[in-house]
Amino acid sequence: MSDKATTADKTLFTPFNVVAGFIIIIGTVITILRFTGGLAAVTNLSDNNPWGLWIGFDLLVGVALAAGGFVTSAAVYLFGMKKYHSAVRPAVLTGFLGYALVVFALHYDVGRPWRLPYPFIMQSGTTSLLFEVGACVALYLTVLFLEFMPAPLEWLGLKRIRELAVKLTLVLTIFGVVLSTLHQSSLGALFLIVPSKLHPLWYSPYLPVYFFISSIIAGLSMVIFESTLSHHYFVDKMDGTHLSENEGVTLGFAKAASFVLAGYFIIKIIGISFADNWYLLGTSYGIWFLVEILGFVALPSFLYAVGVRDKNLKLIKWTSLLAVLGIILNRLNVSLIAFNWHLPSSERYFPHWMEIAISVFIVTIGIVVFRFIVTRMPIFYEHPEYKDNH
Amino acid sequence: MSISRRKFLGWIGAAGAGSAIGSTALAGGNKHFTGYPGSYAVLHDTVLCVGCRLCEASCNKVNELPAPDKPFTDLEVLNKKRRTTAKTYTVVNKYESAGKKGPLFRKIQCNHCLEPACASACFVRAFSKTAVGAVTYDSTVCVGCRYCMVACPFEIPAYEYDEPLTPRVMKCTMCYPRITKGQLPGCVEACPKEALTYGKREDLLKIARARIRKYPDRYVDHVYGESEMGGTSWLYLSGVPFSEIGMREDLGITPAPDLTSGALAVVPMVVGLWPVLLTGIYAISKRKEKIAEQELNEAVKHAANEVKEKAEAKLAEALAKAHTEKDAAVEKAVKKALEEAAKSQAKEDS
Repeated sequence: MSDKATTADKTLFTPFNVVAGFIIIIGTVITILRFTGGLAAVTNLSDNNPWGLWIGFDLLVGVALAAGGFVTSAAVYLFGMKKYHSAVRPAVLTGFLGYALVVFALHYDVGRPWRLPYPFIMQSGTTSLLFEVGACVALYLTVLFLEFMPAPLEWLGLKRIRELAVKLTLVLTIFGVVLSTLHQSSLGALFLIVPSKLHPLWYSPYLPVYFFISSIIAGLSMVIFESTLSHHYFVDKMDGTHLSENEGVTLGFAKAASFVLAGYFIIKIIGISFADNWYLLGTSYGIWFLVEILGFVALPSFLYAVGVRDKNLKLIKWTSLLAVLGIILNRLNVSLIAFNWHLPSSERYFPHWMEIAISVFIVTIGIVVFRFIVTRMPIFYEHPEYKDNH
Repeated sequence: MSISRRKFLGWIGAAGAGSAIGSTALAGGNKHFTGYPGSYAVLHDTVLCVGCRLCEASCNKVNELPAPDKPFTDLEVLNKKRRTTAKTYTVVNKYESAGKKGPLFRKIQCNHCLEPACASACFVRAFSKTAVGAVTYDSTVCVGCRYCMVACPFEIPAYEYDEPLTPRVMKCTMCYPRITKGQLPGCVEACPKEALTYGKREDLLKIARARIRKYPDRYVDHVYGESEMGGTSWLYLSGVPFSEIGMREDLGITPAPDLTSGALAVVPMVVGLWPVLLTGIYAISKRKEKIAEQELNEAVKHAANEVKEKAEAKLAEALAKAHTEKDAAVEKAVKKALEEAAKSQAKEDS
């Protein structure tokens, strides 16, 4: 991934292509194993541990980290923060790819993937939070697709359809925020049904609120983090507006993230008080919980604030990575690490290397497609024919 | 009642999906479901269980499950803690208790909750609580998401992990096909010690209480399953605290659907109110923009006017000055001319 992704590359065997190609070949082999040998052939899932890395990381983390789309478009189109406009397209693209990959990853995890539409066409289990997650993710993927459409339509030169797509922006943005509120929170609410399996420090009636609020942190931090990477690899694709607005986006989003993290920290503390779980903080799980909320919630909130005060972009960028890791840690804690905590260690789950390989494979596909799109479509720059057209 | 509540929650979910249907029920109502009237159950008196595994063998036979690795007559199997699997709907485990001489045994299988977590969690309604008491599973709609297994507080449903394309969730059916024909469940029929009793749940609760009353020294004063997780269709008696025979005593009495009903109830509220709130925010930001633009325009206009006025004043001043200068010049010239005329007159006169 060290090349600059320029069109001047003559050879196909760039370091990026070689590494990505290698991962994709391994992923393809494991895919074949999965669909010929079943989940038992490639995962460490068991009857006691029915959900593993593919739910904990690919679904829960994937959806949270793809929240940049709704956060950015809401900021720009609903809250009127026009100075962040150039951040919308990369964020919507990341969101769209993120959700598409979540759905793709689910095909590996569920037993009969072709039945994924069954809840909507055969029989609806509307008492299930998973139904809500499924419905919202399916709808939101459509919304993100439509929100993303102007870019490929400009690329293809289809002016009239593009006009139509652009006109939908406001409605789509509102719809996107409604759907995101619902499914981001529902992913947390999935675990409301297991007070007997999830450690009390992570189990809370506020789980849906925690998941929703932390998804905003994830969205804001991912926009900063992703733009840092993009600046490194795709700077030649960026126009003057994008480059000049970038510092403002970073500072503004860091400020917002600092505030939301602070709020999130407070409601986590309220959760402990509400359940009177203070006595659990001294246990080994309690220390792990403190690592999460001090090291990955309170600390990034503080560092973001310092970064904004000092206009220290480097600090902000590193902090965004810390915050993103915090979200990953939180989702893995809820779904895997603090889940089934009552079981003896011999019955606990640890991912098989092939499960990790599939997760890496899916992330790699995301990066390859992202790279394909930003090197061709107007993502980091405004299409010359549609300038000042928003 | 449970079903109407579940239905109601279903409607709420449907409302979330965009098509709201009204209802008079309330998710957090004061109604308490105690099972379908006249539904059946099994009472497992663990005090009477001798760990012979005949129930396991019978279950295997009537459900046509694959043959086990070790025969059912092999009691060595009991030395290892087991759970239900995709090939075994029921297992008997052996426990030691400090207070009791000799081993204790307990049979494990689906408890057929009155308000099942699996049914509440399933997004294709593959599980149903039938009126006879059995919780059944329909593999023809199952997607294989395994949320039922996550949700089950008793860790009962198992999954065919080695099936690549047609994996099913496997669990005890309370021998639904047999009991609807008036037969006993396989395990109950096979039990030689009457440690398992099949009957109406109301009757079994009475029997259980009668046993506790009659032999207070033999039994712990609790019928497990009467209220655990809202109540189950398998009831248990024990001579030692239930935790000592591997049964969780910390599950509480809240039925699983109640744990998620609050979150589901918020869905239609978000669907209804978020667009209003967001449109309001949009309108405010739009209005702010408009006002800012108006103010800018006015300021520009004002500034332009000021400049204009200043320029006009300057011009008028310059004009006036020019006028006076001109007048002065004319006067001067006239004066000069007059003086000159007077001078020449004087010359002529002299």
